[in-house]
Amino acid sequence: MSVASASLDHDGRSGGALNADALRADARRESHGTLALLSPGLLLVFAVIIVPIGWLFWLSLFDETGQLSASNYARFFEQASYIKTFVTTFKVAFVVTGACVLFGYPLAYMLSQLPRRAAGVCLIFVILPFWTSVLVRTYAWLVILQRKGLVNTWLMDLGVISQPLPLANNFAGVVIGMTHIMLPFLVLPLYASMKSIDTDCLRAAMNLGASPSATFRQIFLPLSLPGLASGVVIVFVLCLGFFVTPALMGGGKVIMWAMRMEQTTSLYSNWGAGAALGVVLLAVTLALLGLFHRLLGARATGVWSRR
Amino acid sequence: MTKRLCIHGMAVAGLLASVAVPASAADTITVASWGGTYQEAQTKAFFDPTAKDLGITIKQDTTNGLDDVRLQVTGNAVKWDITELGADECARGSKEGLFEKLDYNVIDKSGINPKLVHDDWVGISYTSVVLIYRTDVFGDKGPKTWADFWDVEKFPGRRALSGSQSTETLSVAALAKGIPIDKVYPVDIDGALQSVDKIRGHIDAWWTSGAQAMQLVKDGEVDMASIWNGRAGTLKKEGAPVSFTFDQGVLTADCMVIPKGSKNKDIAMKALAKFVSPDLQANLPLYVDNGPANEKAFETGKIPPERIKDINSSPENVKKQVLQDPAFWRDTLVEATEKFNNLIQQ
Repeated sequence: MSVASASLDHDGRSGGALNADALRADARRESHGTLALLSPGLLLVFAVIIVPIGWLFWLSLFDETGQLSASNYARFFEQASYIKTFVTTFKVAFVVTGACVLFGYPLAYMLSQLPRRAAGVCLIFVILPFWTSVLVRTYAWLVILQRKGLVNTWLMDLGVISQPLPLANNFAGVVIGMTHIMLPFLVLPLYASMKSIDTDCLRAAMNLGASPSATFRQIFLPLSLPGLASGVVIVFVLCLGFFVTPALMGGGKVIMWAMRMEQTTSLYSNWGAGAALGVVLLAVTLALLGLFHRLLGARATGVWSRR
Repeated sequence: MTKRLCIHGMAVAGLLASVAVPASAADTITVASWGGTYQEAQTKAFFDPTAKDLGITIKQDTTNGLDDVRLQVTGNAVKWDITELGADECARGSKEGLFEKLDYNVIDKSGINPKLVHDDWVGISYTSVVLIYRTDVFGDKGPKTWADFWDVEKFPGRRALSGSQSTETLSVAALAKGIPIDKVYPVDIDGALQSVDKIRGHIDAWWTSGAQAMQLVKDGEVDMASIWNGRAGTLKKEGAPVSFTFDQGVLTADCMVIPKGSKNKDIAMKALAKFVSPDLQANLPLYVDNGPANEKAFETGKIPPERIKDINSSPENVKKQVLQDPAFWRDTLVEATEKFNNLIQQ
């Protein structure tokens, strides 16, 4: 009996160990398999993202004579216009992101509440401009907003204003043009997240006596925040690299970082001068994104990782 | 600096046209210029007659300027045998050693301003920066000089200057201080910057491309501006209510170079010699407002007398203008441009 139980015990233990070994081997095989399956993607990421960024960073460390130097970075502090441009870039990005939230949230909310067919039609109006060339849209805004453009002509004909409003070739023009271009980037993820909110939650809240506004504030708004957060991040980061719209709508008075890169690259006879600008923008953007993740907390981050 | 006029369709059209003529590979050269109507004019004035004369094929491409040449030469991937650049770019590229030496036994330099004849680059045409104003605002009593442009009380109105071509804006700023045209160079950069400082609060737009300058004036966004004469001429031809003269204009030269490492250097040299010859140079103003770099072109009799007065580099008009000195900007451009940017981006 004892022998039998011992042998059984022994068998059982060895069976368990065998099993664990097999499982471990299996897990290893599986992770190797996953890695092998992922490797083309990883290689691609390495080749098209890691290597160029590394190269960019490397280039930024050399001056015109090919000597290792910090002169490309020192320039930011020696020449006042760089800091100014950097501040302008973030100012534009903040204002445009804010304007996108202001217009985009109600729009996405409306879309999410409309019957399916009406929402589909309205979505086309969001997506159509999204497919139109940025250059074309920017020039269109110039035609609409300039001193003798549509808006000013109409307002003056109606007697609302006596002097044309300064809407183009300045900060306001840049913000208007960029907000229009950026809006779909906010509305689309926000709409998707609003559509996925369980309407039973809203019904339950109202059933329990919450007013429509309380239901919106306490149930809908918090549930839509993760979608808003991802929209905001996309818009903000895209704004930081904008070139065409500020170049055309800013009248040379709103210089953003990407425009500065173009100027610097053609002014200095080494790629490092321009590369340094790219490195700084990348570093600051990543730092801001990190901060954003932390500030928005686990909920928004959790939703991102679940996607 | 860079003039973005690229219309790639032109280059493609040129390419197709040139492919039609059979020639051995060794007898084919590639020439890059700014594209657009300018390159179209160059094709008729320079490229086609040269190809016919030398029995070679000239392929065309478009350039964005010195950056492109630098990329090709330093990357050991030279695909152009001749390329056009702004004269200050030629001077800078020469300092960097990006070009092949030119053989002036092959190229006849007589008739070209000595300031535009160098070891490794040569002038090809002229653009002028002129003062344009809208006649529907000022009638014929608009600002005639840069001092007028700077006088915001006598000439109220909206203004635009170039924000990208610092050399040109600094030159007109020096003229605005009352410096006579023959004393502008060497430019007193700090003095010119002070002059820019005086006007910058009254500038409604700093343009960064020729097309933008044209649009600002055409749409009435500004009442007066600095503008390239080719663009100004186009506006006038289109019937826009504008007026401009060559008085106190700033003559800026374009130049041509053979990028270092060109595989068809010898043929390129012969082609370049043709391009700058008085005979072909005289063709250019028949198609476009950019004047010839070789003043002997005016003696060929090819250019109708009534056309000569409209050409910026005619002997008569040259006297009224400042000639930009590329050698001066070669050494001062970077510092001056940074200071200029600091000032206008404040």
